[in-house]
Amino acid sequence: MCATCGCSGTAVVRLFHEHESHEHADHGHESHEHESHEHRSPGTERTVQLQQKVLAKNDRLAGANRDWLRQRNVLAINLMSSPGAGKTTLLERTAAGLAGQVSISVIEGDQAAALDATRIRAAGCRVVQINTGVGCHLDAEMVAEALRVLDPPGGSVVVIENVGNLVCPALFDLGEQARVVLASVTEGADKPVKYPHMFRQADLVLVTKTDLLPYVDFDAERHAADVRSLSPGALLLPLSATTGAGMRDWYDWLRRRAPAPPE
Amino acid sequence: MHELAITEGVVEAVTERLPDARITCVRLEIGALSGVVADSVRFCFDLVTEGTNLEGARLEIAETAGRCRCRACGGDFEPDGPIPICPCGSADYTVLSGQEFKIASVQCQPGGTTPPDPPAKVA
Repeated sequence: MCATCGCSGTAVVRLFHEHESHEHADHGHESHEHESHEHRSPGTERTVQLQQKVLAKNDRLAGANRDWLRQRNVLAINLMSSPGAGKTTLLERTAAGLAGQVSISVIEGDQAAALDATRIRAAGCRVVQINTGVGCHLDAEMVAEALRVLDPPGGSVVVIENVGNLVCPALFDLGEQARVVLASVTEGADKPVKYPHMFRQADLVLVTKTDLLPYVDFDAERHAADVRSLSPGALLLPLSATTGAGMRDWYDWLRRRAPAPPE
Repeated sequence: MHELAITEGVVEAVTERLPDARITCVRLEIGALSGVVADSVRFCFDLVTEGTNLEGARLEIAETAGRCRCRACGGDFEPDGPIPICPCGSADYTVLSGQEFKIASVQCQPGGTTPPDPPAKVA
């Protein structure tokens, strides 16, 4: 590895790809010319003011995704929850419930495997799987690539099923136009208080698995009050993808936002 | 554990701006409502900087307080805990500050080039 600029292997191509003075795709270290660098010349240290947001690059790419989606007349929704809250089941049911009315395609984010993508495809949707490996969330760069592969038609809806996690996905803008958070009644009513960043960002909170309410201790009023205090503008809809209860309100929400299909 | 990815973002941002400089100190500002845990960033920093031009750099983190404005009484208050509640009892508020997470400055050894302008904003 080059001790000064740190370039080696693929990780460095990623780190340096906007740095024009290096041609990292081609250069081998044997031929790496270092004359152009000024390495450790004597003198005093200097302070450089950066005042730069750490997530500026992700935010920039998210902005580009948002522009791309707008130009294509495509609505993107970032669907987030803890693992097992029912994101995939909701999408399966939604694909069937809105078949012929709203064209839906899906970007699936998981650390590994393509189990959810298989389920979504079986439900009749176009789907792209992103495996994040050790990553705990999707970022705007992964979604940009997935959108290119998915190639959603104008007038359609793309649902981005984020990695099941109430912590990290809250910080990464993907370029979506709406953030939908699922909270299942089996998780307990305390999740908004415990994971405030996630709920503060939500445009819509879906309280899922309401068919199980008779069997679990879920204080719906307290849950709703905590969601409202974190995100006063968020809408709260209870539903059960198993029985279909409340699904109509979710479909209406989605239909209202879905772009008009091309003439 | 998004602090790992986030700390990689710090290294990436600094390396892009100052590709030729040997960095000796990084100063971050982390707001109380940013969702980033300063201790986790400290934990990841040495790991993530290894083999880069930030290796061995000192990390200084300024943790800034949050500030909210109550929509009910109009007053400003500093939240105490993850769910801000105004002293008047209202939980309807806007966040004025405390969500920032930025690289304030870096210190580097002499040499290298002047940092280029930050990338142009996407319209």
